[in-house]
Amino acid sequence: MIKSTFLKAVAATALSVSTWASAHAVDLQFYFPVAVGGKAADTIQALTDEYVAANPDVKIDAVYAGSYQDTVAKAITASRGGNPPQLSVILSVDMFTLIDEDLIQPFDNYLTTDEDKAWVDGFYPAFMENSQTGGKTYGIPFQRSTPVLYWNKEAFKEAGLDPEIAPATWDEMVEFGNKLTKKDADGKVSQWGVRIPSSGFPYWLFQGLAIENGATLANAEGNKTNFDDPKVVEALQYLVDLSTKHEVMAPGIIEWGATPKAFFEGQTAMMWTSTGNLTNVRDNAPFDFGVAMLPSKETRGAPTGGGNFYLFKGASDEQNKAAVEFVQWITAPAQSAKWTIATGYVAPRAETWETETMKAYTADFAPALIARDQLEFAKAELSTYQNQRVTGIFNDALASVITGKKDATTALKEAQAQADGILSEYR
Amino acid sequence: MRVTFKRDWIHGWLLLLPAMVFLFAFTHIPAVTTFINSFYSTPRGRRPAKFIGLENYERLWDDPVFWKVMFNNLWFALGTIPLSIALSIAMALWVNDKLAGRSLVRMAYFTPTVLPLIAVANIWLFFYTPGFGLFDQVFGALFGWSSTNWLGDPATALNAVIVVTVWKEAGFFMIFYLAALQAIPVSLIEAARIEGASCWTIFWRITFPLLMPTTLFVSINAVINSFRLVDHIFILTDGGPDNASSLLLFYIYEVAFRFWETGYAATLTVALLLLLSALAIGQFFFFDRKVHYK
Repeated sequence: MIKSTFLKAVAATALSVSTWASAHAVDLQFYFPVAVGGKAADTIQALTDEYVAANPDVKIDAVYAGSYQDTVAKAITASRGGNPPQLSVILSVDMFTLIDEDLIQPFDNYLTTDEDKAWVDGFYPAFMENSQTGGKTYGIPFQRSTPVLYWNKEAFKEAGLDPEIAPATWDEMVEFGNKLTKKDADGKVSQWGVRIPSSGFPYWLFQGLAIENGATLANAEGNKTNFDDPKVVEALQYLVDLSTKHEVMAPGIIEWGATPKAFFEGQTAMMWTSTGNLTNVRDNAPFDFGVAMLPSKETRGAPTGGGNFYLFKGASDEQNKAAVEFVQWITAPAQSAKWTIATGYVAPRAETWETETMKAYTADFAPALIARDQLEFAKAELSTYQNQRVTGIFNDALASVITGKKDATTALKEAQAQADGILSEYR
Repeated sequence: MRVTFKRDWIHGWLLLLPAMVFLFAFTHIPAVTTFINSFYSTPRGRRPAKFIGLENYERLWDDPVFWKVMFNNLWFALGTIPLSIALSIAMALWVNDKLAGRSLVRMAYFTPTVLPLIAVANIWLFFYTPGFGLFDQVFGALFGWSSTNWLGDPATALNAVIVVTVWKEAGFFMIFYLAALQAIPVSLIEAARIEGASCWTIFWRITFPLLMPTTLFVSINAVINSFRLVDHIFILTDGGPDNASSLLLFYIYEVAFRFWETGYAATLTVALLLLLSALAIGQFFFFDRKVHYK
C-alpha cells in the first residue's frame, strides 16, 4: 500500500517535470556579476525577462553570482562539477584563464554569416583587444568601462580654478591638486586634491598611468609582461610622488569602496574611478561635478575594464544558438541604451550612441560621452595566462611601493621575474 | 548468545552509520584526497594533473608569501587568543554580578557573536575608513589626530583586523565563562570571604582555577578560530597591502579559487592540517591533566 502510493508519487513528479521541461524548448543558465553600485542587477533581470516574454521558446535563468571574482569562481567550479552555465558575464581579462581551463568556446562557431561577422566588427576596437586572441572571438563586450576623472566644480571654484576645466596633463593634475588640497595649521588635511584608489586591485588605475606614459603591460598573446619597463617604473614613481612629494593625495592604500563617498563628502576634489560609477555619482553628488578623460603624459590613455559574455562548452547546439541570439539582442541598440543609462557602463557599439534615446540622454548629460571618446586612446586591460596570479603579483608589488616598503625599480623587477617564471610555460 | 552479539553489533554500527557517512564524506575522504593531490601538479583543462613528487612542498618551502602568512597567522593567534579570553572572563565576571540591567548588558556583549561576520566587517570598515570613518572623526575631535589609514598601512592593517576579531569572539567566549561561573558553588566563595580573603585572592585562588576546564575548551576553540576565521579579511583588507594582513586560510583560498592552483593549494592545506592537529594534540596532552580539580 505504502509502496504503491510512493510509486504513484514518483511517477506523478516525473511526469510533471517532463511536461514542464518540454514546455520550454531551450533552457539557458546565465551567470552575471555586479561590480559597482547602482541598478545593474535589476536591469539585467528586467532585460532578460523582456527577452523571455518576447521569445517563449527560450527560458533564461539569470543568476546573480556576486562580484566578478565570485562569478568566475562559481563558473569554474560549476564547470568542473559537470554543470556549467551556457552563458556568463566574466571579466574580459579572464579570457586566457578560461581558455587554459578549456571551459569556453569561440563565438565564431555560431557567427558564420557575413552579417554576423559585420556585427562583431561593430564593437569598439579597444574593447575587442581583450576579447579576441589567436584570430578568434571569445568574448562579446557587455559590461564594459574605462576609468575617468571626476571633479568637484564647486571645490575648483573655491580654489580659484576654472570650474569647467579639468587637468589635462600629469603636471596640471599636481598643480591643480596643490591648489585644491586644504591643510590647517597642524598639517591636518580636510580636502585632498586627488584620489586614485589602490586597495584590492591597484593595477587597474595604475595601468592608466602606464599607458599614458607609453607603456604596455602585457603582450596580446597573454604570455609576456613588461612590468620592469622604465616607463612603468616612472609611472609608478609619479603615483607615489602624488602623496609623498607633492602631497596632493592621501598616503598609503586608498580604499575603492569609500572613494565615491569621499568625493561626495568633499574629502577629495578629484577622483579616478570607473565610469560604471557615473549614475551613482549623478544620483548622489550634492554639488556640480565634471567628468574628464584621464590626464596625459606622452599621450592620453586608459585601460578598458569590465566584463564580457562568454560561451561555455558543454552546451547543446541549440542552447549555443539561443545564447548567441540572446547576446546579439541584449547588445543591440535599444537594450544597450537602457543598460548604459541605468548603470553608466559604456555602450560597446557605436550604433547605440546614434539612437534617439542615447542622444536625448547625452544631450541632457554630456559626461556620459567622455568614456566613449576616451576609447580612442584606451588599451587592453592587463590580461595574461594565469591572470589572477600574475596580476596578483603585480598588485602586491604596487602595494609594497605605495606603502613605502620597496622602491619602484626593485619591486617591479621582482614582479617581472615572478611573472616570467609563471608565463614561460605558455611561450 | 552468538546471535544476540551479532545483532547488537549490527545495531551499533547502523546507529553510527549516518554520522560516519557524513564524517567520511566531508572530512576524512577530502583530507586524504587533499594529501594525495598535494603530490600532483594542478590539472588545467588542457593539461591533466601529473605526479610531481615533493615539488609542491619545495615550492612551499621557498614561497616568501607562505612564510609571511604563517608569521601573520602566528601574530594573529597571539593577538587574538589571550586578549579575547581575558576580555571574556572580565565581561563574564561583570555580568555575573548583580547589577542593574544585567540581562541588557549580557545581550549587548553577546550581540557581536550573533551578527554575521561579513556584516561586522562592513561596520568596522566604516569605523576604519580614513577621512570620514568613526575613528578618524572621534580621534580627530578628541586629540586632534590627523587622518590614519588603519587598513591601508602594512604596520596597522593586521592589528586592525585583530581588534575586530577580538570584539567578535569575546562575547561568544563570555557565554561559556558565564555558564562556568554559575556552576561554581557559592559556599566556596562565602567561606573564603569569612576567612577575610580579598576579591583578588578569591579570583586567583578559587574562581580562576575552577574555570580552567572552560579555559581549555575556549582556548582550543580560539586557536582553531584563529586559523579558521577569514571572512572579515575579504571585506576589510583583502589580505593587503602586499599580503600584510593575509592569513594562512585566506592564502589557501586565494591560491585555490583565485589563482586556480589547486595542486599547490592542497599542499598548503596539508600544512594547515598538520599545524592544527599538532596544536590540538599538544593542548590536550599538555593541559588536560592540569585543568581538572577533583
